[in-house]
Amino acid sequence: MTPARPLIDEGRASQADRMLTIQDLHVFHGPIEAVHGISLNVERGKCISLLGPNGAGKTSTISAITGIARATGSIRFEDREISADSVEARIASGIAVSPEGRRIFSNLTILENLTLGAALQRDQAEKGRDIDHWFSLFPILAERRDQAAGTLSGGEQQMLAIARALMARPKILLLDEPSLGLAPKIVRQIFDLIGTLKDKGMTILLVEQNATQALKLADYAYLMSSGRIVAHGTADELGKSDKLMAELTGVA
Amino acid sequence: MEYVIQQGLNALSFGAEYALLALGLAIVFSIMGLVNFAHGEIIAVGGYTMVAFAALAIGNPVIVMAGAVIAAMLASLTLERVAFRPVRKADPTTGLLTAFGVSIVLQNVFLMFVSPRPIAVTSLYFLDWPIEIAGIRLASLQVFETLTTIVVIVALMLFLRRTVLGLAVRAASLDFEMVRLTGIKANRVFAMAFLISGLLAGLACIFIMARRGSVDPHLGFDPVLKAFVACVVGGFGSLPGAVLGGFLLGAVEVAMLVMLPQSLGGMTDAFVFMIVALILIWRPDGILSPAIEKGDKL
Repeated sequence: MTPARPLIDEGRASQADRMLTIQDLHVFHGPIEAVHGISLNVERGKCISLLGPNGAGKTSTISAITGIARATGSIRFEDREISADSVEARIASGIAVSPEGRRIFSNLTILENLTLGAALQRDQAEKGRDIDHWFSLFPILAERRDQAAGTLSGGEQQMLAIARALMARPKILLLDEPSLGLAPKIVRQIFDLIGTLKDKGMTILLVEQNATQALKLADYAYLMSSGRIVAHGTADELGKSDKLMAELTGVA
Repeated sequence: MEYVIQQGLNALSFGAEYALLALGLAIVFSIMGLVNFAHGEIIAVGGYTMVAFAALAIGNPVIVMAGAVIAAMLASLTLERVAFRPVRKADPTTGLLTAFGVSIVLQNVFLMFVSPRPIAVTSLYFLDWPIEIAGIRLASLQVFETLTTIVVIVALMLFLRRTVLGLAVRAASLDFEMVRLTGIKANRVFAMAFLISGLLAGLACIFIMARRGSVDPHLGFDPVLKAFVACVVGGFGSLPGAVLGGFLLGAVEVAMLVMLPQSLGGMTDAFVFMIVALILIWRPDGILSPAIEKGDKL
């Protein structure tokens, strides 16, 4: 386990492997600074987990990456500085997000949700194949393809949110609290899905409070608290550390 | 019997005009929470375009009508770009005041640079002639208006269901930020909503002008006021609600015109609004108000 350092871990990955590099990121909500200068690194094909309790600044970090929240500092995606880009430009460059609270379009049908997810996809045949792929993976979504997405259960909505994000065929998938508020059985399903995605080579930044499950999947993890990264390391290193439990439970 | 059918058709054509305008207000409101009170001035822009064509001695009705519709669409797009885009992220009150401001500025532009008095436009009279089918006497204009509205509603429905940008407009009424997170440019969605709104205003302008035969700076005020009421009755922000509200208002208005005794003829609007008030007591949010977001399902 390594103590938090302002600079990224230079020894861990060569420059070429880096997909997303964040340096000295400060995130603001109005006048309030929610994240105080964090640095992290997501390598191609890896699942990186961002852990921490409520209010640690995890979602703020995701919002800064997508450009929704005001932020200062450097965000490099595939060796290009994107911190000045618009939200739409960042998405177009290959970032997709399944946001906290799922935020599916409940007034649209399931099929329409998926279609919107592929809004930037020009190839109609490809789009059709992707939709078929997700419908075969989640038969429940296929059965209800023409129903309003608001009628789905929480777990189904989460699957739809992930599928919608993947319809864009992104280079990196940002998953914000995919297990929040779901029954244990559904949580396992969701993490199985994330595992499958990782095995297929998807680069994932996974934000979670469910540290046990997240660490099973993650190649490397960062622990956030009160807007700072307080620890980082491989899943094994971090799993064994007392700091993780202390931060997540408040019990020192 | 003929009388009832005739009045029914009257109600349909009144309702069609309100529905066209109400849809234009509702589509902008649904995505940006803004009641565009400058909608009436967009109708007036269409009317003055017809005057300009007359001045240029262009009488071809197709060119005049297409010109008015295109002018209304461009005016609507321009307002979005110049007036509403800068206040997009501001408080809803700011947007409302901006809309009033734009409306007043445009009315004064018409007053000062064109004329405060009505200007006759005769190029569209040809649209209105009496027809008689099976003993029922109709004005052709009413038939055109009703049919146009039906075609527009169907086309709009197809657009909103079958195209990505249409889906985005619907999704944006719920969660605009999430629409941006799918990579669709926010500016395109706003521009499309205002373009549609302008198209609807332009079409309504043709019928209003064909009936009135003249344009003045306040041309759009009354129709848009009625359209606003139609939106409120139908449920603000709901597109089906706007259509329903429009036709309902048309029906109530015709019913009052027909049923009120001659001596109360001047009070038609008072009775119409009384019925509107009763509907709002029954359904305070409008008949088809969008379901209130009850939070995320966890």
